[in-house]
Amino acid sequence: MKMIMAVIKPFKLEEVREALTPLGIEGMTVSEVKGFGRQKGQAEIYRGAEYQVNFLPKVKIEIACVDDLVEQVVETIQKTAMTGKIGDGKVFVCALDKAVRIRTGETDAEAL
Amino acid sequence: MIKALKTVLPFAVVAIVIAGFTSTAKAEVDGEVQYIFNTLSFMFHGVLVFWMAAGFAMLETGLVRSKNTTMQLLKNISLFSVAAIMYFIVGYNLMYDGVDAGFMGSFSLWGQPAGEADGPFEAGGYSAASDWFFQMVFVAATASIVSGTLAERIKLWPFLIFVVVLTGFIYPIQGAWQWGGGWLSEMGFSDFAGSTIVHSVGGWAALAGAIILGPRLGKYGKDGKVNPMPGANLPLATIGTFILWMGWFGFNGGSQLALGTGADAIAITNIYINTNTAAAGGVIAAMIMTQVMFKKVDLTMALNGALAGLVSITAAPDTPSLLAALGIGAVGGVLVVIFVPLLDKLKIDDVVGAISVHLVAGIWGTLAVPLTNGDASFATQAIGIVSIGAFVFIASAVVWMILKVTVGIRVDEEAEQVGLDRAELAMEAYPEFGKGSQTL
Repeated sequence: MKMIMAVIKPFKLEEVREALTPLGIEGMTVSEVKGFGRQKGQAEIYRGAEYQVNFLPKVKIEIACVDDLVEQVVETIQKTAMTGKIGDGKVFVCALDKAVRIRTGETDAEAL
Repeated sequence: MIKALKTVLPFAVVAIVIAGFTSTAKAEVDGEVQYIFNTLSFMFHGVLVFWMAAGFAMLETGLVRSKNTTMQLLKNISLFSVAAIMYFIVGYNLMYDGVDAGFMGSFSLWGQPAGEADGPFEAGGYSAASDWFFQMVFVAATASIVSGTLAERIKLWPFLIFVVVLTGFIYPIQGAWQWGGGWLSEMGFSDFAGSTIVHSVGGWAALAGAIILGPRLGKYGKDGKVNPMPGANLPLATIGTFILWMGWFGFNGGSQLALGTGADAIAITNIYINTNTAAAGGVIAAMIMTQVMFKKVDLTMALNGALAGLVSITAAPDTPSLLAALGIGAVGGVLVVIFVPLLDKLKIDDVVGAISVHLVAGIWGTLAVPLTNGDASFATQAIGIVSIGAFVFIASAVVWMILKVTVGIRVDEEAEQVGLDRAELAMEAYPEFGKGSQTL
């Protein structure tokens, strides 16, 4: 099992979800986050004074999935979340040791 | 054909009846009817000005950060209440009772004149209470101006003590000079609805407060850099501005002080459209200025522009043509966009731009009176501006200094960082939803 964590542009969220469900992804966790990457921040202006917004809003998706699906999921996210402009985000994959479905007590692959 | 006649006939009959009435209704308007209409004008225009308190509350709440929302709302409703009480206890009579071309009226409670209900109800008259009500809501507007400038860092109770002095004494004394029939009005000073008497007075009091209180933490960097602290809720700021714009019809229209004759009705409607046009001019001028100066249109400046246009026309909403009103309002909008960054350069932190809107545009509006009113002179206007300005600024500064060295006027650093809602009130504006009030 792997945990796939992707940080993407907020307006791409629905498109990514739609592209992932046909692959057999049964769940994901989404959070609104802020951060910076190579895009850095952006300049905004308020009442005549410019200021730098250093952390830009992004959406973070977390998906736990079985090893077989990992490559497909990562590729799908990369393709659908891409706009080609700076600030498209990143995908991270980490090892996942255990999963438990709270309602039934099922574990690992059965719990996903 | 007959069917067509049937539909037309009732209208024709109505038209004839109306024509008959209008031709017979040219008799002199009864004195008591005029009295009632004058009173009615004070009542509904006063309600409109009352509603401006809501406008100030929304504008200011929209332009502070969400951690200071509850406090800003509380200050707005409490300053209105303090003004209402102080104007009853001492303010009205200090402003209007026996000023006699002098400097102030009497120190006494306002009371309804004995035997008022027995009449006679004369043509130029109105109920004393309607006048008290209309004048009272003006005082509150002055105090609202101060709360916007000093937002996000001033302690609640010392602020309200200042409001007690402002609404009970400072405002009524300078008001007596002009509207109470004091020395300035004898001299020929002209300020129809209060560009100077209401708006600049609030602006001077706010300026003295802002200098003595100091800027918000982190507002100005060491190298002179200005760090913006964007307002939390621009929809609220916008509806607040619309409410103020609406209330201004009462503010200026009601200042005709009568609605008993056709001439009054024409004057008030002219005032309405001049007021409206000046506000529109202020908005468009501020938008063009921000586009040119900052390469982007700034909504908050457009809102300030509307108010600056309104303040500018307030000294003489009755005499200009629509085109002149447009110009007077537009200059107000331009001034705001110049003065907001200028005050920042001087490190005078005005959270909502009230000094630029009410003081600067108030001065401009008062100086502009002779442009459209032949009875006014620049010299007298200048004397009024300077004398009222000096009195209010010095009196306010003294009160602020006394408060500063006795009870203190500023919250401590940690309270300012956490926000006044949690630190001073232990009450958040949005405790259950929205991340605004719960983030650091």
